[in-house]
Amino acid sequence: MSAVAARVATAPVLPMLWEQARAEFRKLLRVQAFSVTSIVLPSMFFAFIGLGQAKEPLFQGSSVTFGQYFLASMALYGVANVMVLGFGISLANERGQKQDLLMKSTPLPPAVFFLAKALSALVIAFVSIVVLSLFASIAGGVHLTASQWLTLGTRAMVCSVPFIGLGFALGYLAGPNSAPAVTNLIYLPTAFASGLFFPLQFLPQFIRDIAPYLPLYRAAHLVWNAVGVPYNDVRDDWLYMAGYTVGFFLLALWAYRRDQGKKFN
Amino acid sequence: MSTPVVELANATKRYGALLAVDNVSLAIGTGEVVAMLGPNGAGKTTSINLMLGLRSPTSGTARLFGMDPRDLRARSRVGVMLQESGVPGMLRVDEIVRLFCTYYPHPLPPAQAIAMAGLQEKSRTLVKDLSGGQHQRLYLALALCGDPEVLFLDEPTVGMDVEGRRRFLSEIADLGERGRTIVLTTHYLEEADQLAKRVIVIDHGHVIADSTPAEIKARVAGKRVTFTTERRLEETQLSGLPLNSIQLDQHRVRLLTNQPEEVLRELFRRGIDVHELEVAGADLEEAFVAMTRHEVPA
Repeated sequence: MSAVAARVATAPVLPMLWEQARAEFRKLLRVQAFSVTSIVLPSMFFAFIGLGQAKEPLFQGSSVTFGQYFLASMALYGVANVMVLGFGISLANERGQKQDLLMKSTPLPPAVFFLAKALSALVIAFVSIVVLSLFASIAGGVHLTASQWLTLGTRAMVCSVPFIGLGFALGYLAGPNSAPAVTNLIYLPTAFASGLFFPLQFLPQFIRDIAPYLPLYRAAHLVWNAVGVPYNDVRDDWLYMAGYTVGFFLLALWAYRRDQGKKFN
Repeated sequence: MSTPVVELANATKRYGALLAVDNVSLAIGTGEVVAMLGPNGAGKTTSINLMLGLRSPTSGTARLFGMDPRDLRARSRVGVMLQESGVPGMLRVDEIVRLFCTYYPHPLPPAQAIAMAGLQEKSRTLVKDLSGGQHQRLYLALALCGDPEVLFLDEPTVGMDVEGRRRFLSEIADLGERGRTIVLTTHYLEEADQLAKRVIVIDHGHVIADSTPAEIKARVAGKRVTFTTERRLEETQLSGLPLNSIQLDQHRVRLLTNQPEEVLRELFRRGIDVHELEVAGADLEEAFVAMTRHEVPA
């Protein structure tokens, strides 16, 4: 009996997390509809919209070029896209195929599962930023100082965190068939209304009125600021981001518990 | 007896108006190979889900190694093959097996789990490209990864062809002989008979029998005798025959029995005009009808 008692009762968490994150990364990468679009789409938008006017000032008298503004916008668009769509749709699909039942029957702690998903999505998001940055600087001649590159990259990655919560929540709230439509329906218009494609001053007044309450708008302030757009209120933007992070993760937790309660009670 | 591996005590599970498991008490000890037998919808899967903590009993308790079955320490000691679960299609067989090995404190080498499930040749195949039978084998490999003390197999041979099923069952029998505790559900009496030393029969959420396969076989009606008669048969004409159930429908007569020879001899002796005679093995649904009539007065 003592030999049995000496055996550890559960597996160590770190190797589990490492293998799980690798598996999640492989899954994301192999669904090319997802991986290719997440990595290429921001650069493609840059080619279509940003390239022709990359050297122009953002508006009359601005020290920031349209290229710099649009690089920052698309970096944010790319990372948040990975979180909301990648995370949301993959979770909804996995639920639809009852993979959650398989995972639930193993001793894998749910926290490890979600952390692994988040880590793998962060890696894809990072790759999308690198690809976009190379494209914008080489093809578009967009110029940033070393510290601006670093600040932009860091802020875009940090700003993706609340969208992990949102993706997670949508993954548990949307059905597997409706998930792509629902997430796109939420994501695309808010990206537009937050001024990611065209600066807000060119958009209708009602959009300018709601924009300040959108999480992408707050995140956009932070990345635009990173490439030189002056704001005196980025502290507020950080506070909003912190608020959205808490809010979305609470929503996700609620949606998760609700789903679990239905299936495993 | 030491702590049972699996224990349900007055466990009841209700889904809204449906009573899926009704006041079931049972204990399964180390090394037992137990088949839970019953028709579809009898409550077998729900019982397994209660044992595994995938569902919580509405009343009563479920214990795994004397612990709450949701405890990860308990879950680390079991391997599970569930009929309803899905598996990530975009991973290769060896990748998902290696992943699952990291979930358990004392795993098998991944290659060994793959070999035990007979999937060596498919180890580099994407899960989504496996056939139905190979999927079941993958589930077995995943269940074996953690070198579990107990294996739960929910309808493990569904979707397999005859040959695949035969091989699969002999592998399970091997595992049982090497001392693993195995709990499986099936709706084939022959499967239960082949594998298990103990059969728990479940119907409508009740345990209606719990004994050896031989005893169960003796109690369920093994054969179905059907024939037609010129004149409508009266039930009294069949009195005294060793029958488990009688069904009279116009001129068609269906009888369930374990002694078809005796029944036929007696029918002929009584001069009943028998046409279109057929004798066939009764299916489980019929066998249960016969059995429940004895156990639970309607």
